[in-house]
Amino acid sequence: MNAGAWLLNAAFLGLILACVKPLGLYIANVMEGRPIWPLRLGADLERRVLRLCGVTATQEMGWAEYALGLLLFNALGAALVYALQRLQAWLPLNPARLPGVAPDLAFNTAISFTTNTNWQAYSGESAMSYLTQMAGLGVQNFLSAASGLVVAVALIRGFARHSVATLGNLWVDLLRGVLYILLPLAAVFALVLVSQGVVQSLAAYRDVTTLEVQHYSQPRLAPDGTPVLDTSGQALTEAVTTRTQTLPMGPVASQEAIKQLGTNGGGFFNANSAHPFENPTPLSNFLEILAMALIPAALTYTFGRMVGDTRQGWAVLAAMLVLFGGAVLIATHYEQAGNPQLAALGVDQRATAQQSGGNMEGKETRFGISASALFITVTTGTSTGATDADLDSFTPLGSLVALFNMQLGEVVFGGVGTGLYSMLIFAIIGVFIAGLMIGRTPEYLGKKIEAFEMKMSAIAILVMPTVVLVGTAIAVTLSAGRSAVGNPGPHGFVEILYAFTSAGNNNGSALGGLSANSVFYNLALGATMWLGRFWPIVAVLAIAGALARKKRIPASSGTMVTHGPTFVVLLLGTVLLVGALTFVPALALGPVVEHIMLWGTAHG
Amino acid sequence: MPAMIRPAATLLLFMTLLTGIAYPITMCGLGAMLFTGQAQGSPLYWGGRTMGSRLIGQNFSDPRYFWGRPSATTPQPYNALASGGSNLGPLNAALTTAVTERIAALRAADPGNTAAVPVDLVTASGSGLDPEISLAAANYQADRIARLRGLDPGRVRALIRAKSRGKFLGVLGEPRVNVLELNLVLDLLKS
Repeated sequence: MNAGAWLLNAAFLGLILACVKPLGLYIANVMEGRPIWPLRLGADLERRVLRLCGVTATQEMGWAEYALGLLLFNALGAALVYALQRLQAWLPLNPARLPGVAPDLAFNTAISFTTNTNWQAYSGESAMSYLTQMAGLGVQNFLSAASGLVVAVALIRGFARHSVATLGNLWVDLLRGVLYILLPLAAVFALVLVSQGVVQSLAAYRDVTTLEVQHYSQPRLAPDGTPVLDTSGQALTEAVTTRTQTLPMGPVASQEAIKQLGTNGGGFFNANSAHPFENPTPLSNFLEILAMALIPAALTYTFGRMVGDTRQGWAVLAAMLVLFGGAVLIATHYEQAGNPQLAALGVDQRATAQQSGGNMEGKETRFGISASALFITVTTGTSTGATDADLDSFTPLGSLVALFNMQLGEVVFGGVGTGLYSMLIFAIIGVFIAGLMIGRTPEYLGKKIEAFEMKMSAIAILVMPTVVLVGTAIAVTLSAGRSAVGNPGPHGFVEILYAFTSAGNNNGSALGGLSANSVFYNLALGATMWLGRFWPIVAVLAIAGALARKKRIPASSGTMVTHGPTFVVLLLGTVLLVGALTFVPALALGPVVEHIMLWGTAHG
Repeated sequence: MPAMIRPAATLLLFMTLLTGIAYPITMCGLGAMLFTGQAQGSPLYWGGRTMGSRLIGQNFSDPRYFWGRPSATTPQPYNALASGGSNLGPLNAALTTAVTERIAALRAADPGNTAAVPVDLVTASGSGLDPEISLAAANYQADRIARLRGLDPGRVRALIRAKSRGKFLGVLGEPRVNVLELNLVLDLLKS
């Protein structure tokens, strides 16, 4: 890593750490309903909305009711997104006159956005109307993040409370999460993004004149939009000469802001955050990276605050930071090392004062190597899945970092809420293992960890690897799975493994060479996303409910300390062990083989 | 369960109106008021016409102009309605073939130039719409452009310097220059 990359990563870490305490404290105050001024300001609106909902704010729910409500809310949300896509041709705000979306793609996209995955088997600029983007996808950007947040808060309450049967009121929690946390942050961030050049307009796509005349050929289309074939079945092409370039418009900045802050990741455009209209400057790029990690990192403080011992939160954050450091070092190093095959052709890939150098295929000039590697590390460590570069063209070990970040369960900050609750599940497993080693009943934060919690933790941890590996295995055995691959050799396998890893972890980033818009992938990945999201959520809420019922055991001299370096190492060990044991064989067949082939041919 | 349908549906409807309609429309209003040009796609006005956007690259194949990043969009390069990268893996033979062809095209346009080719000039960008190239890629082309336009190479290099952008606050971004802006100014330079 060169000096510029060190400086960039240090600036990122410094700013994130500076925000952890103030934002974490604010989130704790909001979710505990303390009378801070934003809550007093919104109290009237909150009351009215809850009255319309027929909800009594003080009436709390048990874990099963909380989980059922959340599932119902998300299922209704998915149905709305599905309907908007199918009907967009007849609905307003569709200046590009885009047709309705096909059923399998609409199904996939609806699940994708409700599960906070934001996997995209479509190109935004040529598939989704402004209304679908705003009222369907944009809304789920808020609601899926809020859903993750309330699950984490419910689990924290499970630790913080004792001898009670309830976890809080789901509707109040969701409403507050959006009103006081997500929406204000998104509004400010959206305006900053517009100032940098992110488009925010409901105007129709705009034709501009190009400086040079363009000559190209395109498929000839019949009036109904299908390609015209010649007698041998080949598509006919026609020559085009033009000086017109059509620029897409849209309410991009408003969506971009919550896409990053809510760890969603679904781009307004196909190129996602590599698109200059989504991410125009190095500053916008840096802020987009910060935005992904902001809330997940702050939630560690919220956790510490709500359980009454902030050191507990810092310990969890410390484990996240160690994983982050390792990941960003490896990704930056290998992307900067470039592609030996291009070096052999006489291409200059050195980093100099005049260029960033490195593996620039699929990367934007303004971001270069270090900012792209940092973006990819954070987007896969959190559950965002936005990309500011074409991941399919990353070096084998650069993409391995992205894959492994997700396969660890996205705990390097993690998604909004999901990162914290996933890490806390690992902590429960960690103290259980430690308890076995020293022969004591495991406890965490004064709560005895017993058979039920361990069963639920095992479910929460094992669902993801199961859906990812079984899904990958099915896809590689079916021709419908294999034929979608866009690159030969082990890279093709990586494309499939990546797709299921991304879906199972609700990340949403992709190796774009895989033609994922097929009935097989739309349905298989749709199911993977739904199971990968809601199965662990139900297990986590069950744990929260069980913990809330327990008595708190006062700390004694025999209690294991869970805020010191020993615990951080234990937590890291648990995360890495579970991740490595599950995924190393698959990784060895994919990126590792590819790495050896790439550098072996260069030297041999 | 039935008791939950009312709160779930009502909250979803309220959130759709708030975050799906009111929020983006308010942002459109504020954006148009505070940052008019940026909100509309940063159009580049030149001689009374809109010559594209300063954020969206255009295709250049005339050797008298600076060439930008190769673009993998279809059916034509720099198609702003189909953004995306090549999706070619590092070992894919199609990548080495494409890079070999791009190097050959650069060499054919400038036979005297034997320098190693800056990597961004022969690799496709992530968006296919990258408006910029590295300073190395611009300087690599300076002699060719000076020769074909009958300009002093020093003037072309000075133009690159004048239009170049460095790191924001010394930390963010890479050394680079906007290709469309360079080419618009090139047409004004008299030999």
